[in-house]
Parts: sequence; structure tokens; C-alpha cells
Amino acid sequence: MSTQTRDEGLYDYALREPRLPAPENRENDNIGIPIEARLEMYEMQQLLRQFEKRAYDMFLQNLVKGTSHLSLGQEAVATGFGRVMRPDDFTFATYRGHAHTLSRGADPGAVLAELLGRENGILKGKGGSMHLTSVEHGMMGSYAIIGAHLTIANGAAWSARMRGTDQVAVCFFGDGTTNIGAFHEALNLAAIWDLPVVFVCENNLWMEYTPIDLITAVANPAADRASAYGLEGIVVDGNDADAVYQVATQAIGRARRGEGPSLIEAQTYREQGHSRADPAKYRPPAEVQAWKERDPIPMYHERLLRLGVPEGDLSTIQQDVARRVDEATEFAKGGAVPGEQHLLTDVWADGGSAWRN
Amino acid sequence: MAELTYRNAVAYGIAQEMRRDPSLVMLGEDIAGAGGVFKTTVGLVDEFGPDRIRDTPISEQAILGAAMGAAMTGIPVIAEIMFSDFIAVCFDLLANEIAKSRYMTGGQVTIPIVVRTANGGGSRFGAQHSQSVENWVMMIPGLKVVAPSTPLDVVGLLAASIRDPDPVVFLEHKSLMADKQDVPDGEILDKLGAARVVREGTDCTIAALALMVPRALEAADRLEDQGISAEVIDVRTLVPLDTQTILGSVSKTSRLFTVEENPRLCGWGAEIASIVADEAFWDLDGPVVRITTPHIPLPAAEALEDMAIPSVDRITETVTKRMG
Repeated sequence: MSTQTRDEGLYDYALREPRLPAPENRENDNIGIPIEARLEMYEMQQLLRQFEKRAYDMFLQNLVKGTSHLSLGQEAVATGFGRVMRPDDFTFATYRGHAHTLSRGADPGAVLAELLGRENGILKGKGGSMHLTSVEHGMMGSYAIIGAHLTIANGAAWSARMRGTDQVAVCFFGDGTTNIGAFHEALNLAAIWDLPVVFVCENNLWMEYTPIDLITAVANPAADRASAYGLEGIVVDGNDADAVYQVATQAIGRARRGEGPSLIEAQTYREQGHSRADPAKYRPPAEVQAWKERDPIPMYHERLLRLGVPEGDLSTIQQDVARRVDEATEFAKGGAVPGEQHLLTDVWADGGSAWRN
Repeated sequence: MAELTYRNAVAYGIAQEMRRDPSLVMLGEDIAGAGGVFKTTVGLVDEFGPDRIRDTPISEQAILGAAMGAAMTGIPVIAEIMFSDFIAVCFDLLANEIAKSRYMTGGQVTIPIVVRTANGGGSRFGAQHSQSVENWVMMIPGLKVVAPSTPLDVVGLLAASIRDPDPVVFLEHKSLMADKQDVPDGEILDKLGAARVVREGTDCTIAALALMVPRALEAADRLEDQGISAEVIDVRTLVPLDTQTILGSVSKTSRLFTVEENPRLCGWGAEIASIVADEAFWDLDGPVVRITTPHIPLPAAEALEDMAIPSVDRITETVTKRMG
């Protein structure tokens, strides 16, 4: 991590010292995860990667309109948690929510169609990339103004307890969210009410275009705040799906047993810009390179080979995923442009939008 | 039959609905132990317990967020925001999340929330604890807005708001808290989107809301003495808006006055004036006139606040002058 001070006046952040990842922990090969689960997590990471690369290609073809925020490089977080969560658990995500939607089992074709603004999109074209939701999969929404959804996740957790279930709410957000008031309101309420909620900060080191350490009072923006709410500060390698799986198992288990909330900081890196419009030239090249060498997917591939999985099995998975992404692309492109009959629906529970008689 | 104050009617209505629906809960600041800073929730924690009547920290975002998360996963919620001015603190939750999520998700989520809040002036609390914020919330697609003027309407419209599957902002007027009315025994249930003609007249229509309703009625009595027969309409709910009752009255009287406590710009009366101008222009014998608080922050001093908010005198004088 950088030793630079915050007040040095340097505003060309590409000239800063690179913030390098911790070395891979080979000990994580030995985490007790069944090989079937690991192969599923490999497949999921492949799906998230290939899906978002396809989405990016479709931006370049001007098929995806508006903005979109990719999580290339951060796939291990959504994968590890998604694998541990039960179908009836709740996910709350941010505008960077493609991976969190797919990792709960939503149909890639419907998600891609939403990015294209088609009628067969998962939100009928009404929400777009930043608001992906699939209630039937427990994916309770992607929230595009940071902070609020931590408080909403509390509500889902509170509801689970009131309804007498042992469902857990898992809420993902970025490092930048730790500096907005709702983060602190949510953590305090979760703590005093002992809610079954897991807060997961994906610290990708960049708050949009600004280094997070330059604008945050503590080194670990989430974990170092945990003690203020009586919680343990947990840091995990967010580029290692097995490490994420392990902390997810512990935190979700704790919440399910009624032992209260957790706050986890997953250290990772956004391989591309903040959004579609951002080429991310403001980052030190050595930093980008070092994190690319810690890309979660090749790392996981190597682990599976070390654990004795034949290369051919992994190739088969990659090819199956490629076929699914091709099918999703065809489904999305084949969708109709939404008609006027959809414009004025879905404001109220009666299906309409009337505000007067 | 029981006599209730407006203040007691709030707890009465909540209790009626909590007995009916065991899943209904409420959260807010000082609502359980203290019974609410306006004493509108007295006794509820004794009957329903601290799990259903929950005190919270001073965290308006956490309050509305918890309400939304619970509501969208099957638990109807009443959330209290102590003063309506504080809606500004949690406007993101109300305007961007609660109001829009059904539409943005293509109808995947239902959010049965009532946000109760103490609204309006007359208490000499100054500019940050006296505002009439109905225009803040009325302008957001996806929110229903209710503002009762009597104890009976508090109970009936609160019940209707709680049973409505959509988010409702329920504005309780601070200066009406001591008003009394007899309410009938048994279940009381009203409906949203229905204005009420509270005084019949033939010469002009006065549309009013909340605290402005009793003032408009008193003004109508004085106008009667001057030979002007005013019909007074209690608008009651701004969204959905009962435009038919207003248009029907204007077709009879041919003149319309609105009496609004909100500051001038974009008040609810502007929308009504626009609708009447558009749809009943040929029924009108004269201009639509809006009587509002000036476009200023509310002052604290008794004399100044009384000058700012439409009074019986100002309503009477304005109608007399403009009808002359």
C-alpha cells in the first residue's frame, strides 16, 4: 500500500505509488471446499467474465445504451457469496450489479436484454443496467445512489426475523460507500437490532476516479470502521473465490444462527474504468499490471489444476459458458423494442400510473 | 361513539389496523417509550409490544430503509418521521428508492409503507420545524399523499393508507392535534382519492387541505354574512387527486379559490388551477385565485408566522375582493 500522505497536493494519480495486491495465498488450496462446489465457482466466474466481456463488446457496437459499470476483476466476490447463499436469502447490490444478479441464478439472456433496453429484459427495459433485480432469485435490487441500500438490506433482515425465517440479507457495496452517512446509520441499526445481515465492501481501491486512501480517514475503509459498531473488522482476499467462500460461510452462518451482523472488506481491483465512459488512464500502470497478474480467474484455474482437475474439464466448462453467452446474446438481440403500452404501467400495485380520477 | 382528539385518533387508527393485521409494525424516533413527541403513539407499545412498536436512533435514512426492506419482503410498515421537515434528511430513500422501485423493476416489488409525519406551521417552531411539505412529496411519481383535517379522517384515511399496497406519505397537522370529534364505534375505513364537499355553496368553490380546511369553513361563514355562498372542499388526498369533485363544484359555482399552507411555488393548488383552466375554462366566470403562504422560509415570531400562513381574515378578504 502507498506510504504517501493525503495532503501532498498530487492530483495526477497515475504518478502515485502503486498500491499492490498481497501475494496469493497458496494455503487457500487447502480450504475444505468440495471439488464440485469449486467447479461450480469456476463456471460462475467464467460466466461473469464472459458475460461482461460480451456486454462490453456490445457497448462498442452501440447496442448497449446509457451507462454500465463492469466488475471485471471482481468476480470472485459475487461468486463466493453466491455459492454460499441459500435460494431464499436476499441480495442487495449497487449499480455495479451484473455479477451479483447472475450469481443468484438470474437468466443471462434476460439480463443482457435489459442492458439493450428490450422488452424481454429482466426489468422490461424500465430499469436498465444499474437497477438489475430478480426477486424470484432473491436478488432484491441494484441501487444506484450509494448508501441507501445498506439500510434497505437491514429491513429485509428485520423482516426475516419477524416472519420467523432464518433468511439472511447480504449487501454488497464499494469502498466509496463507506464515506456516506447511510453506511453509518445502517451499521449502527444492524448492530443494535442484531440483524441477520452481512455487509460486504468490495474495496477496489478507486472511488470512481479518486484513490480511496486519499479521501478516507483509515487504511481499510470498511474493516477499520467495524469496531465503531462493535463488529469485528474482517479483511479477505476478494480475488480468491475460496477465501471469499470461507468468510461468507462464517458470516452467513453467524447471521443465520441469530448471532448478528458482519462487515467484511474484500480487497479486489476493478480492471476497467468506473463506467462505460471511463478509460481509467488515471491509474498507475504498475498498479494495474500487478492486479492483472492477480486476476481471480487464471488464479482459480491454476488452483484447480493443482488440485488435479484435468485441463480438458476446465476447457469444456469455458466452452459451455461461451455457448450460453452466445445464446444470451441472441436472446437479447432478438427482443422487441418496448412498446408504448409499457410506458405508463407498474407505478402502482394496480399495474397503472393514474394520479387523478 | 367516542370523542377523540386528532392526536389520539392517530394511535386509535394505528391500533385498529395492528389488531386487524398481526404482521403490521411501526418504527420511528421516540414512538414507543415516549409515545411520540406529539403524543400520537401513546399506549401502542403497551398493547403491541416493543417488537412491533420500535424506537430507533436519530437515523431517518435507516428508518425509511428498514421500512422499505421489510415492506418489500412481506411486512407492512408504518414509519414515523418526527417532523416533516426531516424528510429532507431521507429524501433519497423516499424519492429515489421507495417511490421508484416498483417501476424500475418492472413491477417486481411491492412496498406497502405509510410514512407518517407531523407537518405544518402554527407552533412558532421556525423555518426547520414548521414547513408544509406536501408539494415536496406530491411531485414524486410513485408516492401517494394524504393530509387529513379531522380526527375521523385521521382514523379512516390512516386505515386506507395502511391497507394500500403502495407507499403513502401521511401528513398529520401539528396545529390540528387538539381538535376533537366524535367517531363511531366499530371499524373505520375510508378511501384514498376522494375529496369531500364539507360545506355546500353556490357562488364560489374554496379548495383547502388540512389546517386550511377549518379556516376556509370559518371564512365561508363570514362570507355568508356578506352574501357570498362559498362551497368548501376538503381535498384530503393529493395523490390520487379527486379532480372530479373539484371540477363538478366549479361547474356549479364558476369560481375557484385554493387555500394552501405550502409556500407559493409549485403548491398543490397550482396543479388544480392548471387542471381547471385546461378542462373547465368555459365554466369559469373569473380567474382561479391561489391563497398561499408567501414564498419565504417560515418565520418563528408569532406575529410573523400568523402573517405568513393564510388566515381566516386573509381568506375572507381575498375572496370578497376577487368576487367583487
